[in-house]
Amino acid sequence: MSAAVAPLRRTPLFDLHVAAGARMVEFGGWEMPLQYQGIIAEHRAVRSSVGLFDVSHMGEVSLRGPRAAEAVQRIVTNAVGKLDDGAAMYTVMCYPDGGIVDDCIVYRRAADDFMVVVNASNTAKDLAWMQENAGPIAEVVDESEATALIAVQGPAAVALVARLADGEIASVKRFRFARAAIAGVPCLACRTGYTGEDGFELACPADRAAELWSALMDGGGTPIGLGARDTLRLEARLCLYGNDIDQTTTPLEAGLGWVVKLDAGDFIGRDALARQKAEGVTRSLVGFRIDGRGIARHGYAIVDRARPAAEQVIGQVTSGTTGITVGGAIGMGYVPVASAAPGSELTIDCRGKDVAARVVKGAFYQRG
Amino acid sequence: MAANSDIPDDLRYTKEHEWARVQGNLAQIGITRFAVEQLGDVTQLELPKKGESVAQGEVFGTVESVKAVSDLFAPVSGKVAKVNDSLFDKPETINEDPYRAGWLIEIELGDPSQVDALMSAADYKKLLAEQE
Repeated sequence: MSAAVAPLRRTPLFDLHVAAGARMVEFGGWEMPLQYQGIIAEHRAVRSSVGLFDVSHMGEVSLRGPRAAEAVQRIVTNAVGKLDDGAAMYTVMCYPDGGIVDDCIVYRRAADDFMVVVNASNTAKDLAWMQENAGPIAEVVDESEATALIAVQGPAAVALVARLADGEIASVKRFRFARAAIAGVPCLACRTGYTGEDGFELACPADRAAELWSALMDGGGTPIGLGARDTLRLEARLCLYGNDIDQTTTPLEAGLGWVVKLDAGDFIGRDALARQKAEGVTRSLVGFRIDGRGIARHGYAIVDRARPAAEQVIGQVTSGTTGITVGGAIGMGYVPVASAAPGSELTIDCRGKDVAARVVKGAFYQRG
Repeated sequence: MAANSDIPDDLRYTKEHEWARVQGNLAQIGITRFAVEQLGDVTQLELPKKGESVAQGEVFGTVESVKAVSDLFAPVSGKVAKVNDSLFDKPETINEDPYRAGWLIEIELGDPSQVDALMSAADYKKLLAEQE
């Protein structure tokens, strides 16, 4: 490590992670738990029961004021107008050329108060982007420092949160949220997640996070590190910014066309996306399975050996791992549209060795 | 840390965290507890076949964990006399018991003097301490 690196930031739960025996790693400028007991065991705990994720490193930015909705719509591709109070939506923010600034969830707390939850590694960039492009018509407030975020995920997650809640919470529908005291801690309880399981993401004051975390642990939650967070989201075929999407990819290429509502308003990137939609994309993000030996990882080349040597690389693996619940090796990558149909055979150069893979449709894992 | 103290005295080590258990002209090869802790859960591995030759310091296989892939470096040269085939069905054995049931291959030594170049347990312990 070089000496000039800025000191890593820590969430309010850092000491609890260390005390629980977590192995801490650097992630997006933060010192975060990679794993506690082990990725496989943690992954299974979420699929079979309930896991707890400290995602306090993620950024929370609010846009406020009478023109807040207009300000949010200026920077996101999904339709802000369809949100009512207590509703949330997944979306992306784009550059004028359609490349992705970040993916995020927008929450409408009130007609004049929206919260946007963004990726930890992008918070500073996103905040500057929002101030520049939404700042002229709305107040942009960085709430990240004051806010902790704990995800409670798994088939037993809703019951766990409901047991600790002061009121009825289990009836909150997917992509909706409610204010509630959970274990006495004031929370925004959102029925969202990043695992393919049911559950809540609980936003609470940073100085109350340890209290909430401990109550959730006492209630039977298993702490889950970033390692299993990645294997879980990949089985659910959810994109990770920096891996599967970034400023060089558009939402249409990434299979996120469903969050691009061209008639939602004059948002940044709309013209480029409208053009790309009309012309059709040339490459698509696909999910693939490897049936034999080998695991394809981020950055591996997808190749076509029938082409001349200099043109054999036709795409790139963006994510790959062991399918802990679904078996085999799974991954995602960009391929030319001609190779993107389910069932298409792919060849992946796994460190000098060609491995056969095939494109599969939809999520690798779907909860029963 | 357990990973830095679980270093059997009767084995020899490489700086890439393999171990060798030398008995006569045979060397059983595996990866150390430290390596296993760094890798996390092992899910796949690739090993040479019986009868193939491996060369000291060269890659003889790979181990894939959930989060990374690592090369395996041969501590000594020689012919592969045995392969721990049971690992292909139960790769987690490497995590559970890296120094015994989790052994990888057995090499018939081509040049027994190569063993002298390997680290003792004390030297390996020192290496880990420096890496802390």
